[in-house]
Amino acid sequence: MTSFGRYTSAETVGYSFSQPTSAPNKEHSFYPYTDNGGSTLGISGSDFAILAGDTRSVAGYNINSRYVPKVFKIGGDDESGDGAHILLSVVGFAADGQALKERLDAVVKMYKYQHGKPMSVRACAQRLSTILYQKRFFPYYVHAILAGLDEEGKGALYSYDPVGSYEREQCRAAGSAASLIMPFLDNQVNFKNQYIPGSGEGHALEPKKAEPLPRETVEQLVRDAFTSAVERHIEVGDGLQMMVITKSGIEEIYSPLKKD
Amino acid sequence: MDKLVAQYSRPRHQDEFYSEQEQRDLTESHPSISLKFDLPPLENPSAFLRAMTDDHSNPSCPIKLAHGTTTLAFRFQGGIIVATDSRATAGNWIASQTVKKVIPVSRLSRGEDTQTDAPVPGLLGTMAGGAADCQYWLRYLSQQCTLHEIRHKRRITVAAASKILANLTYAYKNMGLSMGTMLAGMTPQEGPALYYIDSDGTRLPGNLFCVGSGQTFAYGVLDAQYRYDLTEEEALELGRRSILAAMHRDAYSGGFINLYHVKEEGWVHHGFSDMNPIFWKTKLEKGEFSNVTSEL
Repeated sequence: MTSFGRYTSAETVGYSFSQPTSAPNKEHSFYPYTDNGGSTLGISGSDFAILAGDTRSVAGYNINSRYVPKVFKIGGDDESGDGAHILLSVVGFAADGQALKERLDAVVKMYKYQHGKPMSVRACAQRLSTILYQKRFFPYYVHAILAGLDEEGKGALYSYDPVGSYEREQCRAAGSAASLIMPFLDNQVNFKNQYIPGSGEGHALEPKKAEPLPRETVEQLVRDAFTSAVERHIEVGDGLQMMVITKSGIEEIYSPLKKD
Repeated sequence: MDKLVAQYSRPRHQDEFYSEQEQRDLTESHPSISLKFDLPPLENPSAFLRAMTDDHSNPSCPIKLAHGTTTLAFRFQGGIIVATDSRATAGNWIASQTVKKVIPVSRLSRGEDTQTDAPVPGLLGTMAGGAADCQYWLRYLSQQCTLHEIRHKRRITVAAASKILANLTYAYKNMGLSMGTMLAGMTPQEGPALYYIDSDGTRLPGNLFCVGSGQTFAYGVLDAQYRYDLTEEEALELGRRSILAAMHRDAYSGGFINLYHVKEEGWVHHGFSDMNPIFWKTKLEKGEFSNVTSEL
């Protein structure tokens, strides 16, 4: 917004020796959020989807924990999450993330009890969007990514903004290091700005077509993305939690990251 | 003071777990798209929302929402052309380059993910402003349109559909919603109809609209070359060219050109195409965009 000049307050034009007669009123506004930092990333393949996140939790410049998971199993039978068929990652304000995860988990479970079948990822994705939008005027401070397998058994990945706008994508990075990781993913997963050598000159060069990557390649991409992010972002580090969903279930892989 | 005391002297257990209403929401087999929203415990919820999410007045706001767009739609003798870019921005960050900003507003079961070449009956809505606001409320509109169809055994008119949306945005006026949307459709009663609705509660019928941060650039091209008796080919090309102009000059627009044609039988999709090759084709083959050098 444009502003035309500023009103000069009495305090700023006073003599340098004059003390302010009363302590300036500091306005304390309602601020219910903390940014707990960290980053998450998801990539989908032809028959699997991977969701990963670092496990550091920060508040300001303090590292409060080295193991706070950001990736959760949704719709499992018990506390351990066994039997789950959907993954959710949340990054931003951890308390909101926790609340959101529990909400969605309850919804997916209720769906199973009432319909006698597991909720499809497509349905779950739409439901998550409305859950987020329900708090449109008091948002969850989170960037969520949802992963699972679609009706055809292909990897499905949905990404969300804090108030529930969503989109199905091939890959997505969220959180504080999203701006470091996302360009890398664009190039390595969707082959953005990669061309087929010798296919032409200048503008006639043919772009390289993106196709689903094999699981080993994707896992290595995830590791590379995080080790690189750790080198350049203070809020990312400590541990890498990876969850891989395939038709045979969910596999969790933890590997350490640098702890400085 | 009394108010503060009252706020904090409630028995603790009241806030514990889910409320009765929340439990009902959770257990309902078909959760309806609800009009009840959580509000922060404050006198002025919209001021809070503005402080948290309005990156225009406060660039360092903590919650950055997806924004920024160019969308256009115009009527011509062969129906209505709807075209958009595909970029979503959160501050200076490009949140996505693949947003689908044209949303089918038809029966929920129809025309969503299924790919067909045949025209799909129903309306089209465009998305400018807050991405979530548009997605949610156009979905709500889909629901209302479906109910209308079931109750009255005929499809809703564009006039009626646009009024549902306008009444809605007017009811939420000054609450912080942000949307500028166009509704396009063809019904036996109205023929081709185009409406503009925004979050201020405005609702306008018209022949030609451009909405979003790149609207001025799109208007520039569109106004210069628009005629009602455009052929279908010409109309599609004009839609494409207007979006291209906006993508070129507006930093908040870019990505892919999404083109739709609304006909009597329904809407037809004419591609979601990368702007870069189209730009170079326009430049090298037609000699436009001479401000850009083609030297490699």
